[in-house]
Amino acid sequence: MTTRITRDEVAARIAADIPEGAVVNLGIGAPTTVANFLPSDLEIILHTENGLLGMGPAPTAAGIDPDLINAGKQPVTVLPGASYFHHADSFAMMRGGHLDVCVLGAFQVAQNGDLANWSTGAPGAIPAVGGAMDLAIGAKQVFVMTDLLAKDGSSKLVDDCTYPLTGVGCVTRVYTDHAVFDVVDGRFVVRECFGDNTLESLRALTGLELS
Amino acid sequence: MIDKTVPDAAVAVAGIADGSTVMIGGFGRAGQPVELIEALIAQGAGDLTVVSNNAGNGETGLAALLAERRVRKIMCSFPRQHDSWVFDGLYRAGEIELEIVPQGNLAERIRAAGAGIGAFFSPTGVGTPLAEGKEERVIDGRRYVLEYPISADVALISALAADRWGNLVYRETARNFGPVMASAAATTIVQVDEVVPLGSIDPERVVTPGLFVDRVVAIGRRAWLGADGFIGGVDVEGRAVIADGAAREGGAR
Repeated sequence: MTTRITRDEVAARIAADIPEGAVVNLGIGAPTTVANFLPSDLEIILHTENGLLGMGPAPTAAGIDPDLINAGKQPVTVLPGASYFHHADSFAMMRGGHLDVCVLGAFQVAQNGDLANWSTGAPGAIPAVGGAMDLAIGAKQVFVMTDLLAKDGSSKLVDDCTYPLTGVGCVTRVYTDHAVFDVVDGRFVVRECFGDNTLESLRALTGLELS
Repeated sequence: MIDKTVPDAAVAVAGIADGSTVMIGGFGRAGQPVELIEALIAQGAGDLTVVSNNAGNGETGLAALLAERRVRKIMCSFPRQHDSWVFDGLYRAGEIELEIVPQGNLAERIRAAGAGIGAFFSPTGVGTPLAEGKEERVIDGRRYVLEYPISADVALISALAADRWGNLVYRETARNFGPVMASAAATTIVQVDEVVPLGSIDPERVVTPGLFVDRVVAIGRRAWLGADGFIGGVDVEGRAVIADGAAREGGAR
């Protein structure tokens, strides 16, 4: 088995690519941990879909305020310079191309940048999309944070998504536990290999041509 | 004299008819008009279509309305949450209809209804199952789908404070869907922590102008404000938050 870096290491790797001044949405779930690795001396503005720019870290237990939450409905804080706004404005920020970066999870990413991350389409599953479709097509750069392989060992990077799509041709870059991939002209380009991963080992794991 | 305030939540929700479409503000619990929903449960209206971002949390508010079998259909973006067991059970039993709408399209369709827009082209959802059957158009090289407004008979929303004209200010991320829903319903009913004298809200701070509001009821300071978590819900670690006796007895709930 080749090297896999931890989720926290992937989060730190993503954080290192976010420049000062960027307005960033970290979705829900694992991508929100990217915030833990943003350098505190840089001014990076976090957007949360439920109406806040300038989101700060989680409060202490005594500071939990039920009116102040993030997209995952976890309690958060605000930083100096923060602003509140209603939902239509919040999604205008996404759809209107005003966010620099968003980081989303994925079930599958296709070579053409198609993203599937909201539904496996499994019978009996309860569908829930939230803001994923708006983020996927709205942010200037869409980063995906995911394990390269699903639990059954299949590659999450694919020729064509078999799960229901979240957005068409929207993914810019995929950060995985094995390597970082750019989506360029309908193909995955390996940007960086972690540990002993190589282009050849990644081709073997994904079954994709890769370059 | 214009006075939109009413004495209690029961009066506020009077007249909501069976079969109504009801918008319910809130994102999870933040901004959810729990006391108005409780009054609606007591009022008895059923066969409702509910438009809300989520499908209830824990056992209170929207979840309680669902548990009472008052809702025929819910339009929302994100029903499935860690504490949505009431909805989950009804859905799996085939006892509630669900229409999933991407969150930004939900907000903009509500906004469009309030703004008198007949329909609009949105890039959100293009090429996904949620755009199937919808008219598509390419504008300046980009694909869009046609989305129609969502209006309602009634909107139930929550704000921090109002004056008797219905001018509203909100608190933090509890604002969420309040302003757009207030504009999109035939009758907008608002619960607030307190009603303040006319003129005491700085016009520069008014978020929802009173013309969008029909009825206002003061609920009192919310029991959980300043407390350590959501009463009846779960905390950051997913543990149940139990109200202490003082909070429950002294609170508005």
